[in-house]
Amino acid sequence: MNEYSLLLPLLLPLVGALALLLGHRSLYWQRVGGVLFASATFALSLYLVYVVDQFDYVVIQLGNWEAPFGITLVADRFSAIMVAVSSFMGAAVAVYALNEIDEARLKKFFFPLYLILIFGVNGAFLTGDLFNLFVWFEIMLIASFVLISMGGEKGELEGGLKYVCLNLLSSVMFLAGAGIIYGKTGTLNMADIAQSLSSSPDANWAISSSMLLLVSFGLKAGIFPFFFWLPASYHTPPSAVSAVFAGLLTKVGVYALFRAYTLMFVPIFPEVQNLILVLAVLTMVTGVFGAASHFDMRRILSFHIVSQIGYMILGLAFMTPLALAAAIFYLVHHIIVKTNLFLVSGVVIRLKGSCDLAKVGGLCKSAPWLAFLFFIPAFSLGGIPPLSGFWAKFALVKAGLEIESWFAVTAALLVGVLTLYSMTKIWGEAFWKKQPEDVDAQPLPNPVGSLRWMVAPIAVLALSTVLIGLFGEPLFSYSERAAAQLLDPQGYISAVLQTEVEVLP
Amino acid sequence: MENLIAVLVGVLFATGSYCLMRRSIVKLVIGVVLISQGANLLVFTSGGLLSGRPAFVPADGVMTPGSFGDPLPQAMVLTAIVIGFGLTAFLLALVTRAHEAVGDDDINAFNNTDT
Repeated sequence: MNEYSLLLPLLLPLVGALALLLGHRSLYWQRVGGVLFASATFALSLYLVYVVDQFDYVVIQLGNWEAPFGITLVADRFSAIMVAVSSFMGAAVAVYALNEIDEARLKKFFFPLYLILIFGVNGAFLTGDLFNLFVWFEIMLIASFVLISMGGEKGELEGGLKYVCLNLLSSVMFLAGAGIIYGKTGTLNMADIAQSLSSSPDANWAISSSMLLLVSFGLKAGIFPFFFWLPASYHTPPSAVSAVFAGLLTKVGVYALFRAYTLMFVPIFPEVQNLILVLAVLTMVTGVFGAASHFDMRRILSFHIVSQIGYMILGLAFMTPLALAAAIFYLVHHIIVKTNLFLVSGVVIRLKGSCDLAKVGGLCKSAPWLAFLFFIPAFSLGGIPPLSGFWAKFALVKAGLEIESWFAVTAALLVGVLTLYSMTKIWGEAFWKKQPEDVDAQPLPNPVGSLRWMVAPIAVLALSTVLIGLFGEPLFSYSERAAAQLLDPQGYISAVLQTEVEVLP
Repeated sequence: MENLIAVLVGVLFATGSYCLMRRSIVKLVIGVVLISQGANLLVFTSGGLLSGRPAFVPADGVMTPGSFGDPLPQAMVLTAIVIGFGLTAFLLALVTRAHEAVGDDDINAFNNTDT
């Protein structure tokens, strides 16, 4: 019975995509079905979180091939919360897309591809097999490739080309790393790899393949020095697409890094810890400087994805229970907030025809509700109490102070201040200052329906940010339990390989 | 044999990287293809290159001692080749459209979305 809780969030988007493809003539069905299946996936993923929190691990051996020979699907607390929060974004952005995605894109199968993207993301979170992870990445990537370039405009094609090439390169690195690991250990099951690495007398050969995986996942996550494709491409597609990319795709890379270094590469982690720490700090710093130098709302937000990824990787580099819990909390907070900010930028474009800060202004007066809805996620990102970002940063900095990593803590705090600077820049330019008189800001021509469905998800996401800030205790204690699970790879290994000795009462 | 293939993998990665550094977008595609073939060959080699020793249990059930070729990397490589084939086709289509939109095949002309 518990197995269904794991299978359903995975299968439902696929079934949905097929159903939408079968009814591709009816645009009404595309819209309704897209929202329906995305929301149902979210509902089922909540059930998965509930089940996993009760039973610690949910494991399925696909086709009844016993691990390590078959493909295993595993959900622990970390992957369950990732599935839940990304399905939440999937549902919210599907609603938003109702009023943003035009008919031409709907006819080019926007919603089926969108559901395939969610399918790939959820699969990547739930698989327990290294090569299977590669396949999920590819499913996710091919859907995202089409989504980013389907409009066929110059910017989209150009940004899409950069995105596609670098992601193909990262897949190649992944394949090479997985191949070497397979050649050395003779297994692809992540739990089995972890076991054979931890019991081998000399695990140092794994450093090279772990570096290949670090480059590959780092490219996808957008860490320094592999992030250049991200700010060059994320601002080109419609906001619904950028939002779901910003919220989900880079986080799959972060998830894979966490999974690799808390499970498979535990024995060699001390060797690479300093490298990851330095990369995390450089990611934070370069991202925030890039954001400070820009004057276009979506480009600023793209650079902030990079800088915030640094915080999460920092949690991984500290590798203490509190730091990992903080990183998981940070992931949840950041997915919600960043998706929301991109959704707001889409409304700004719709109202003013642009999100270049030099051209827009006066939104505080003409759309005070939007200013309010921007204020919450923006200042949550900057880490203002009592919003969710404050607690995420607070826990991370506390974890850094506990292990006396002064350098990283200083960087994290400085980057926090600079984040606040760029958020106030957007606030001051787009919302507070008067509309520049020499610029003729027109709303976008031919909007799709009213603004209603664009604003509703923004409000829901802003509300959840506030709720996480005010009543974050359950989520944080869940994160702590998830971190405890991550720090105990033996539990994961015995759950997957079923070597556990059953103790009968 | 493995050494020869190892050198070949290195050559494929090197030429692929060289093509990626060039300024033409067609060479970009060629570079991506070469590198991905290099990775495929690497995975293929990791299963061991043994001729005439398939991983089957003989009819009498007695295994002859010695190593056997591992079939799993071949299955993986097949998957990777198919995925790579689809992605290359998509990449070619995207390059054609991008070339039409930008009107140049020089990478340096693709700087409108840069930062």
